Amino acid sequence: MPLEALNDFVVKFANVNGSGSASANSMFAKAILRMGVPVAARNIFPSNIQGLPTWFEVRITEAGHLGRRGGVDLMVAMNPQTWDRDVAEIEPGGYLFYDSTKPLPPSKFRNDITVVGVPLTAMCNAAYQLPRERQLFKNIIYVGALAALLDIEIGVIEQLLAEQFAGKDRLITANVAALHMGRDYVQEHLQKLRLRVRRADKVGDRIFVEGNSAAALGAVYGGATVCAWYPITPSTSLAEAFTGYCDDLRIDPETGKARYAIVQAEDEIASIGVVVGAGWNGARAFTATSGPGVSLMTEFIGLSYFAEIPAVIFDVQRGGPSTGMPTRTQQADLLAAAYAGHGDTKHPLLLPSDPGECFEMGALAFDLADRLQTTVFVMLDLDIGMNEWLTKPFEWDDNRKLDRGKVLGYDELEAGVEFGRYLEVDGDGIPYRTYPGAHPTKGGYFTRGTSRNPYARYSEEGSIYVGNMERLLRKFDTARHLVPAPVRRDAPRQAREGVIYFGSSTPAVHEALETLEHSGLHLDALRVRGFPFADEIFAFIAAHDRVFVIEQNRDAQLRTLLINEGDIDPSRLTAVLHYDGTPITARFIADAVQRLMSDRRTVPEAAE
Amino acid sequence: MTYITKPQLHHPQLKTNALGYTRRDYEGSVSTLCAGCGHDSISSAIIQACFELDLPPHRVAKLSGIGCSSKTPDYFLGNSHGFNTVHGRMPSVLTGANLANRDLIYLGVSGDGDSASIGLGQFAHSIRRGVNMLYIVENNGVYGLTKGQFSATSDKGSKSKKGVINHDAGIDLVSLALQMGATFVARSFSGDKTQLVPLIKAALSHKGAAFIDCISPCVQFNNHAGSTKSYDYVREHNEAVNRMDLVPARETITIDYAPGETVPVAQHDGSVLHLHKLAEHYDPSDRVGALAYLQSRQALGEIVTGLLFLDPEARDLHENLGTVDAPLNTLSERELVPGAQALARLNAALR
Repeated sequence: MPLEALNDFVVKFANVNGSGSASANSMFAKAILRMGVPVAARNIFPSNIQGLPTWFEVRITEAGHLGRRGGVDLMVAMNPQTWDRDVAEIEPGGYLFYDSTKPLPPSKFRNDITVVGVPLTAMCNAAYQLPRERQLFKNIIYVGALAALLDIEIGVIEQLLAEQFAGKDRLITANVAALHMGRDYVQEHLQKLRLRVRRADKVGDRIFVEGNSAAALGAVYGGATVCAWYPITPSTSLAEAFTGYCDDLRIDPETGKARYAIVQAEDEIASIGVVVGAGWNGARAFTATSGPGVSLMTEFIGLSYFAEIPAVIFDVQRGGPSTGMPTRTQQADLLAAAYAGHGDTKHPLLLPSDPGECFEMGALAFDLADRLQTTVFVMLDLDIGMNEWLTKPFEWDDNRKLDRGKVLGYDELEAGVEFGRYLEVDGDGIPYRTYPGAHPTKGGYFTRGTSRNPYARYSEEGSIYVGNMERLLRKFDTARHLVPAPVRRDAPRQAREGVIYFGSSTPAVHEALETLEHSGLHLDALRVRGFPFADEIFAFIAAHDRVFVIEQNRDAQLRTLLINEGDIDPSRLTAVLHYDGTPITARFIADAVQRLMSDRRTVPEAAE
Repeated sequence: MTYITKPQLHHPQLKTNALGYTRRDYEGSVSTLCAGCGHDSISSAIIQACFELDLPPHRVAKLSGIGCSSKTPDYFLGNSHGFNTVHGRMPSVLTGANLANRDLIYLGVSGDGDSASIGLGQFAHSIRRGVNMLYIVENNGVYGLTKGQFSATSDKGSKSKKGVINHDAGIDLVSLALQMGATFVARSFSGDKTQLVPLIKAALSHKGAAFIDCISPCVQFNNHAGSTKSYDYVREHNEAVNRMDLVPARETITIDYAPGETVPVAQHDGSVLHLHKLAEHYDPSDRVGALAYLQSRQALGEIVTGLLFLDPEARDLHENLGTVDAPLNTLSERELVPGAQALARLNAALR
């Protein structure tokens, strides 16, 4: 029986990298959004520019489930290299859309799916002469065909084409013609599928944007003026988006000069060095990187911790260790970031779950770095960073001020305020600082990574060293109240078990919780948004018999961090781990949690 | 010896400069280096140069890496902010500091271990970016703090204190700086203050990447026979191509040179270098010629010193990036945060 679904199915495009499919696929997703139906779209791509397989998965979800569901209802199989596995991935009763120009033997298909063939290559060869045109328009033709098969309004796609090629009428006409070619073929030769899109009003005022772009915009609003970076997937587009936003928003209208400085450094070490230098000198500065970059930066991160210099690092996590899976997603840098550096160090982490939070935390990170005078990490991952997500619109309060933290300026120094760079004054572990050049005779000090007394003079005296290290711990405790608080989501009825999760797993976890609820399994949920951990997180663990910690890495890094920082009995925290490099799915979480919950319930019986 | 506080007393008639500061106002803590260390002479030359240039001490930011040389910023300009960063990474930190506030004067102090080994990459890249700074390498050809290992600037065939012969080729930082596009390149000797002080003054007045390679003998580990960085060896093989005076922008030129003996070169900031030619055919405006000359003299075992190259029309990193005139660290919400209205426009474009 062919699958039947309205506004709730998964389409996966299998393409060849570099064939121009990305913009056509993205237009497909956006057309559905414009019809008021939420979509979750994900690129699954190789570390390659041209030739290797790449996939684009679009989940059409009127219910608004933005995580990956798992499974494919309609496969758009445009890549012969991956044909067999693509066909195998289709759900029973699902659909296969393919280029039927060249006949394929029956053994290449399945009996339990519906096959839809459109002779795309033949149509292109008849209509176009140039090879590049044949390739690019083929993508638009299949979008037109899919629109007809799925009931997507063709006018919406025409509008998107008009926006994309605004001012280039010839291109609009040519693309619309290709779009119609696909649609017309389906209308003449084929029937609509039982998977349908129907106009709804479930998108609201939400926006569709990549986390990297959102984080970069957050950096603009957070007042960042210096960016130093080194290209590395999947963080490159963050620095590039910052460059684009600055060009748009940060040019002095009178002089045309830049109110920012961006340096593409020679490596990650130099990137963080520039950031630390700028932070020392009173500018808000950041770098964007991924796991391998964080490994290289650790010496400077330790310096920032000990010499107390503000810095912001956006870590867009990818599959590790080593070069790992550069174009796949993981949440596997938590421990590396939290404790980066030799000796006793720890650093605040912000854990955004969608591009909206990437923007908010991207801006907040600079206030926290200045306030806490240390490195603050914003932990994105490839899934949030490089995919467009439907997210609430960016908001900004025009009354908000940049918090520059504890800085003594000329007037305070001139008035004779006592200044000790590492002197505890307010009981919160945060000392006062001065910017270089602030005053001719007061407030100057020598910054170093070596041990020193509260007045910044070199000292290897044990008690002075320990006093300083204890103050740094007090400062970290202050940070606990400044990082974003966890968000709690209680089960409709009292639950003995709970889940803890963070970051890009969030929508999949929420969907899994709904699924589990339908099966009568109730769990309270707590989303962690910052490190150091708020008391509320440990209270949540204490209040439940067992807590599942859901994350996308092998070694249960959040769980480890919770056990270590909260002195938690490890048996209270059960790991639920997904780390094959694809984004975690609701189905995976629901299955794993259900199995673990039923295991537990059967164990005592078995023992009797 | 940092536990010894430097006495504040000084002679009541100590000479003051245009800002009313005495030379003592440019000093720092008591040095903890070995007696006779070349680095202390360089610190003293820096103090002298800043005093003579009438620089407000607090407007100089001094940055260094790790090693004997990198400790020295503690020993001069005590009222300036200093930053003893991590090994080999001073150039990137200085670059960031410079981006944050273009109005300060940046002095990077490093050693041959710090700049030619672990930090060779950052040295080269900071120079090719044209960071407006004076980058001094206090070059003694040896790791002092770890007691006498060869550094990457040790000449091939040079002998260590323990009698080991260096079989690796030495890195010539001056040639590298020239290749990387430094717009002010000089070499000097810590034992020749009359040459060094004007070079530091000119380099501090230069807008762009200025580099001085200063041979600075290590009295403990590299001052023996067989070393090519000892006091005796450098004195015997020092070949100065020119001598120089610097006349700051605001001073009237009073010294009257006989024509033909000196070449005046005006810098961006209005200061004028008066070059006294010593080597007959040496032209410090010719980068390629300078490189060739250095190679040919080095092959003879000579150490070429003086102002080796100058581009008085240099551009710096800020010019290349087109940054605003105000230091970036002084910009406020008004200039930096685009506000809710701009955000509404961006939101609309993302639907």
